[in-house]
Amino acid sequence: MHVYVQAIVDAFALLFSGSGEVWPVIGLSLAVSGTATLIATAIGLPIGYFLGMSRFAGRGSLILLVNTAMGWPPVVVGLFVYMALSRTGPLGDLALLFTPQAMVIAQVILAAPLVAGVSTAAIASVPRDLRLQLRALGASRAQEAVEVLKESRRGVMAAVIAGFGGIISEVGAVSIVGGNIQGSTRVMTTAIVFNVNRGEFGLAMAWGMVLLGIALVANGALTMLQQAGTRYER
Amino acid sequence: MNDSAVVSAPPAVCAEDIRVIYRGRTVVDVQSVALASGETYALLGASGAGKSTLLRVLGLLERPSRGRVLFDGSPVAARDLVARRRIAAVFQKPYLLRGTVAHNVAYGLRLRGMKSAERAVRVSAVLDRVGLSGWQSRSALTLSGGEAQRVALARALVLEPSFLLLDEPLSYMDPLLKRSLSVEFAAILAGAHVTSLYVTHDQDEAAVMADRIGVMRDGRLVAEGDPDTVLGLPADEWVAAFVGMEPALRGRIVASDDGLSRVECDGSTVYSTVELPVGTRVMLAVRPEDVTLYEADAVLPTGSARNRLDVVVLEVRPQGGSVLVTLQRGGVRFAAAVSRAAASELALAPGRHAVAVFKATAVRMRSEN
Repeated sequence: MHVYVQAIVDAFALLFSGSGEVWPVIGLSLAVSGTATLIATAIGLPIGYFLGMSRFAGRGSLILLVNTAMGWPPVVVGLFVYMALSRTGPLGDLALLFTPQAMVIAQVILAAPLVAGVSTAAIASVPRDLRLQLRALGASRAQEAVEVLKESRRGVMAAVIAGFGGIISEVGAVSIVGGNIQGSTRVMTTAIVFNVNRGEFGLAMAWGMVLLGIALVANGALTMLQQAGTRYER
Repeated sequence: MNDSAVVSAPPAVCAEDIRVIYRGRTVVDVQSVALASGETYALLGASGAGKSTLLRVLGLLERPSRGRVLFDGSPVAARDLVARRRIAAVFQKPYLLRGTVAHNVAYGLRLRGMKSAERAVRVSAVLDRVGLSGWQSRSALTLSGGEAQRVALARALVLEPSFLLLDEPLSYMDPLLKRSLSVEFAAILAGAHVTSLYVTHDQDEAAVMADRIGVMRDGRLVAEGDPDTVLGLPADEWVAAFVGMEPALRGRIVASDDGLSRVECDGSTVYSTVELPVGTRVMLAVRPEDVTLYEADAVLPTGSARNRLDVVVLEVRPQGGSVLVTLQRGGVRFAAAVSRAAASELALAPGRHAVAVFKATAVRMRSEN
């Protein structure tokens, strides 16, 4: 038990000591995963809207594909992005390997299916008749989309949070394409692995606690959204 | 008089050769339907008859598998936003958006980029019209069903559409509210002078609302005309059963005198005030509620009811507050609606003899072709 207590004490000391080591790593984690979530939303939400709204042959297969992509193993995604960005890979000329940008790319690939999949369900739950009503009052396609997104905003926000929650805590992809370079690509999850390997449990615990805190906030928001209010009473 | 100027105006809304096919099944197959400017046309039929699908096609909300829709004689399509913005609709459920009544009513005006001051004036005026004066700031989600549907009507009327779609707007109301709202809606529509398509499965509602009725069955338009003709003179057995009558009788006018036609009808004589030339082959019918029944040996009161037929009761069927009695005399079959009290007093049962009495003015009649 002592080892946990000591680690937690060390963690608090590090977090509030003003040490220059901890906060930049937390900042980079939030920056990489935040940017990736924004880009994944820009990609995943239109896909979710399209899959949620349209009825066409093959829609079921596409949804299956998106749902499968929601469970992509991060290390495999890391491997593919690594190969693409490596010097001999198709995107090798961009020289992005072991940069935060490479980490963003890998996390976008992980988060976009999450955003698309969760928002598909939310958008599909908007009644078809409501859309018909909007169109029948003269809404253009874009105006209809805005109103549908407004009506399904809780589900759409849940999709974005699910995307963020899925990538802030993953380690496989970022460690492969980022390389855990101190001061450059070290994020909380890769730092935890690194510090545990070196027996620095206090440092690892500090990041672990911050990660848990972020997960708690994200899940709290998600739960609130899911419980808030009822929809379409009539 | 300039003859070349006499050109009849095209119908305000018209659909030609419309076919809608879902997964290989034809759900609408209508040769032609046309709405004159300002008229209210009711599409009447059972659920699944294709009424709402035809409404969506006419309202440019759905592309038909075949055929075209014309506004004022010009073809229009679903992607034509300008044409679509001449239309407004009220559906079964009001689907109000979160926010106030004013926010909802002004929705279509906002889509059209109208300034907020002008919107407020229009919203206020239309709320007066639907009987919700001063309700602007109420929350839309706290309204009762009837109030919400009025807001939905206001939201459509505020756009001053040239074509208004109403898809069973009263079907979720209780019967009492339905009756009062249908009368109100009819008055509002008449005042708005807007061409309207009203879809319903309720013949009473159709009779109150419509200038003309089209009856749909299995995707086809099987009868069309003014409410009196369609509901009073059913063209075939199915329409008759749908409107709760026996099919129209067939006969021939044998005499016409002083505004009264005498019709020979399968061995019976029926009088009607509809005047047609002697010799004309006609279809005729009388609404069940216009027929009074007496015991076979009763002394009939002297009165204006010209038609008095000895009949045999074929069937007695309770129907809401009244009883529908099917009657026969030779080859002539028609029905009478009597109160439950009267039915038990007359001891109506199949095989019993009775006298059916109805006025000549109650007999609807038209030439067979």
